Amino acid sequence: MTGTPDDATLTRRGLAAEGTGRILLIACGALAREILDLKARHGWDHLDLTCLPAILHNHPDRITDAVRKAVDNHRARYARICAVYADCGTGGLLQAACRELGVEMVAGPHCYAFYEGLDRFAARDEPASFYLTDFLVRQFDAFVWKPLGLDRHPELREMYFGNYEALVYQAQTDDPTLTALAQSHAARLGLRFERRVTGYGDLETTMADWAARP
Amino acid sequence: MSDDEDDLILSELNDEELVEQMFDDLYDGMKDEIEEGVTILLERGWAPYRVLTEALVGGMTIVGHDFRDGILFVPEVLLAANAMKGGMAILKPLLAETGAPTIGKMVIGTVKGDIHDIGKNLVAMMMEGAGFEVIDLGINNPVESYLEAAAAEKPDIIGMSALLTTTMPYMKVVIDAMIEQGIREDYLVLVGGAPLNEEFGKAIGADAYCRDAAVAVETAKTLIARRHNQRAAG
Repeated sequence: MTGTPDDATLTRRGLAAEGTGRILLIACGALAREILDLKARHGWDHLDLTCLPAILHNHPDRITDAVRKAVDNHRARYARICAVYADCGTGGLLQAACRELGVEMVAGPHCYAFYEGLDRFAARDEPASFYLTDFLVRQFDAFVWKPLGLDRHPELREMYFGNYEALVYQAQTDDPTLTALAQSHAARLGLRFERRVTGYGDLETTMADWAARP
Repeated sequence: MSDDEDDLILSELNDEELVEQMFDDLYDGMKDEIEEGVTILLERGWAPYRVLTEALVGGMTIVGHDFRDGILFVPEVLLAANAMKGGMAILKPLLAETGAPTIGKMVIGTVKGDIHDIGKNLVAMMMEGAGFEVIDLGINNPVESYLEAAAAEKPDIIGMSALLTTTMPYMKVVIDAMIEQGIREDYLVLVGGAPLNEEFGKAIGADAYCRDAAVAVETAKTLIARRHNQRAAG
């Protein structure tokens, strides 16, 4: 297996499939490291992975078409295709497309929910929390700071984040450097910092289910 | 910016040049300059409503078009909106005093569980600019807030906003409550927010989904005019 591409590549270009395995996972680039780690840990060699650019996270209106196109491009080569996306801000359109294409996807509204576990996440009911994952902590500038124009216009911070109370770092791994970085992001946004170790949550159980079936 | 522009003295421009300059300043999000421009036009005897529509709304319309066409992005639109807000703050009390025409009334708010208000604030501002009276309920509104405001304010339009996939279904809760109380047809219901789409708007029984603030204004005007015509014909 080739190594994990760097975050900048995953953000802008994604990851090409290796062409091995009979089940293809079409995933958000923000999940590449985690999926490759799970594949290696469990020996799921029959799962191949391709990632769409993670920056689609900032343009949910483009996700459905991008997934649809990726499914069309790879359909002939694999016995089954699964989309490692939750709704991700598509307002149900991705789910409708996946149903039509016969492609399974991850349950839930977004990765923050499936990392923590859907029920637990829903029970928290904390609309004033701003979530970051390991990937988003590393790519904070590319996904938050620059696209929101805060690098050029820090005075906009209040307009964007004035209603938020906390930055919640959902840690997939235990990495003090990432924790410190996440804490600095919270300070930049003027938010209280909280770290929750989620591990891979429902991502792992969902992949295990996909991997176990023919 | 060039030195020439730095030295530009707004009060030395004639009305037409000044309005053109205000369009540029609004586009560039220059709040102080917009406030100065508004003040100058008022001093020259412009009616507050004319300053609002010709200078501010005119400028924001250009911003709206360029946002729609992918030339401007959210940060630039927010800066422009902030500049317009500065001008509006000067005009609002004057508009109230001078009895500027009102073409309708809107109650607007972000739904329960959702604290995102950038889009909602833009819509509220553009609706005010277009001559609507706007009652802004803020964020995180349960169904009761909408119903109480509807009863108290008797608006023409109820507007709901949501940014999250998890909160947008709450719009249906509000509409269903209106149906249950037999008041749904008393109001136009407009919905908007990033994850929404036309189909969703129809599915929950809204009168229209509005993709952005400019569309919201146009839709509101069209639907209000249609409703007036229907009532006149009926």
